[in-house]
Amino acid sequence: MVKSKSAYSIPGKQGKLDTHIIVVWVDNEAGVLARVVGLFSGRGYNIESLAVAEVDLKMNISRITIVTTGTPQVINQIKLQLKKLVPVHKVADFKREDKKVIFKEMALFKIVGNQSKKKKALKACKKYNAVILDKSNKSYVIQITALRREIDLMSKNLKKFGLVSVSRTGAVAMTRGSEIFK
Amino acid sequence: MSKLYSGAEIVFKCLEDQDVEIVFGYPGGAVLPIYDELKNFNSVKHILVRHEQGAGHAAEGYARSTGKPGVLLVTSGPGATNAVTALTDAYMDSVPLVCISGQVPTHLIGTDAFQEADTTGITRPCTKHNWLVKDIKDLEKTIHKAFEVATTGRPGPVLVDIPKDIQFLKTNYKKFKKQKKTNGKVHNLFSQKDIDELIKLMSKASKPIFYTGGGVINSGPKASELLRELVNTTGFPITSTLQGLGSYPGDDSQFLGMLGMHGSYEANNAMHDCDLMINIGARFDDRITGKIDEFSPKSKKVHIDIDPSSINKNVKVDLPIVGDVAEVINSTIKTIKKVKPDFAKSNKQKVSKWWEQIQKWRSINSFNFVNSSETIKPQYAVQRLYELTKNKDTYITTEVGQHQMWAAQHYKFNKPNRWMTSGGLGTMGYGLPAAVGVQVAHPNKLVIDIAGEASVLMTMQEMSTAVQYSLPIKIFILNNEYMGMVRQWQELLHDKNYSESYTAALPDFVKLAEAYGCVGIRATSPEELDDKIIEMINTDRPVIFDCRVDKQENCFPMIPSGKPHNQMLLGPKDQKENKITGKGKTLV
Repeated sequence: MVKSKSAYSIPGKQGKLDTHIIVVWVDNEAGVLARVVGLFSGRGYNIESLAVAEVDLKMNISRITIVTTGTPQVINQIKLQLKKLVPVHKVADFKREDKKVIFKEMALFKIVGNQSKKKKALKACKKYNAVILDKSNKSYVIQITALRREIDLMSKNLKKFGLVSVSRTGAVAMTRGSEIFK
Repeated sequence: MSKLYSGAEIVFKCLEDQDVEIVFGYPGGAVLPIYDELKNFNSVKHILVRHEQGAGHAAEGYARSTGKPGVLLVTSGPGATNAVTALTDAYMDSVPLVCISGQVPTHLIGTDAFQEADTTGITRPCTKHNWLVKDIKDLEKTIHKAFEVATTGRPGPVLVDIPKDIQFLKTNYKKFKKQKKTNGKVHNLFSQKDIDELIKLMSKASKPIFYTGGGVINSGPKASELLRELVNTTGFPITSTLQGLGSYPGDDSQFLGMLGMHGSYEANNAMHDCDLMINIGARFDDRITGKIDEFSPKSKKVHIDIDPSSINKNVKVDLPIVGDVAEVINSTIKTIKKVKPDFAKSNKQKVSKWWEQIQKWRSINSFNFVNSSETIKPQYAVQRLYELTKNKDTYITTEVGQHQMWAAQHYKFNKPNRWMTSGGLGTMGYGLPAAVGVQVAHPNKLVIDIAGEASVLMTMQEMSTAVQYSLPIKIFILNNEYMGMVRQWQELLHDKNYSESYTAALPDFVKLAEAYGCVGIRATSPEELDDKIIEMINTDRPVIFDCRVDKQENCFPMIPSGKPHNQMLLGPKDQKENKITGKGKTLV
């Protein structure tokens, strides 16, 4: 064995990584997003996407949806550490494969090109609830709502039809059926 | 109409209602209105430190020796940033601190004003929670909430940042009623089923061990009493982390000594070979576990902790029990008494082989060292200090390094809250200001900082505080002219390349003591050591004790990097080959 030059232990085996969607209900106060995001960066957790907005004006509650990857142990830590933050009310955790949960992300595409290219772009977007938000002689702004990987795919495929700019939200999530997460 | 109070007055009203007697602090522009009110509130005594880090560590010493939260008051900008090390230290070691910092007036926040810093931004990762008070109406409830957050659950530091204009504004003050039950997050999440499961595991085990930590001390003196009862009832061996020392008597036969990187051979081997590990208020720190993959491979693991996020963080456990240590132990003892009143007797046979094995490990006497009649061995110095002070109710603080480990190995603690050391963060310079805080809380007790000469120079200025308030702290410096632990690692891991670990120009500590207006004592040979220590103990003033010790001594036993518990490096024989002599020291 090679002699280690460190007084720290050497890393052990790493487990399998899963993608999870973590939903956090927080008091909408100054710095709360920094606390949540700082916890992730400070402990070396991953953030793939993030969506935040106030959802209850009366109670002053914001809902933060974070897509993250980690071993089961790390995901468990993320939840427990989040629950310790003072402004956090509750934390939900969904696996991406979970059929009982809807995940959606919205994207805006700006397409610049001739009529035929614009038409083709719109056609390609059709199955993702495409809406034209703006048109000009040379351009379209198209809105779609879809899964993360579908938007990834679209942003690649639309290049040939004159895609010049992409803007997308992070994923948001909600359970199916009449139940809500308590 | 009821009387209106200024923000500065409300700060003190809150401190009074929280029964705060001592505030450690340092004035400055952004806290002047608060300092102006100090004269009107006689129940709060202010201790003027010489550096805000000192205020933080003093508050930590105060908190850890009393179980009450420590309070510090600092100004904006550099005042707050200087306190960051102490806040981080308190965060790592779960010490309840409330830091009140001044801030530039609200209309100047964000303009890079004089002595402005984003204090809540900077301290966010090193506090349990922090607040910037932007409305005078929020001040009262924020300060009370701050005390609640600092002292409940797993304790820790909090910070309240108060802009200067808020300190001047006036509002009502509502009488505060201290709630017995906190309305915050629930801490006792365990059920009787967990306790039953624990007892089932305990009665099945043939190689059990208790592994206890600072959580026992944080749970209060009652927890230590209950722990003693539990250990006696079960007849199981017990080991403790660095922070847990004192929760179980250090000289008891069931106690295996400290575990971990510089822990005892018997404690570490017992941890490795056990079949049941009961972790009470410890956190599987990397200095304890060594190589995680090979950490105690054959054991069932139980983890009792108040903080759910401590469980399964580093080591996967079989039975998590989330709750306050005292309450969990209490339920356990009660259940044992009910279900198996003769637990110890019926179990004695089962664990007797285990005890035989432990005795074999013990006979190696791993804290042993080769003593000398010419030079003072640092271990010998700690042993003599212990022998000469053990009959007094002595409080020990330390700095960080070899001396800290020797103190932990050779000074035996019998009571909780007598041992204050920086474990998690490992802050050199902790011990001296911590001793100031301890002495403020216990004016008539003997308070000793077992120090290294390198560490103690980092916060030496607080001697001036000790002199100002006639705090007779004793700074017992094991002076080997090296950053000893750095030198030890360089010796063992970096081919003896002693890069920058030798201090070539140290002050004369006796003259330094005199310059501060306290007493300097020096010991250079083993035969004079006892007399000098007695002289120190009998001095009713602050003392700096320059104990000149062997310069090459290393701290053993040791778990080398990347090794499991059962592959410890044992000491004295290895050391003989590694002597460096003469002028070489500054050159290597």
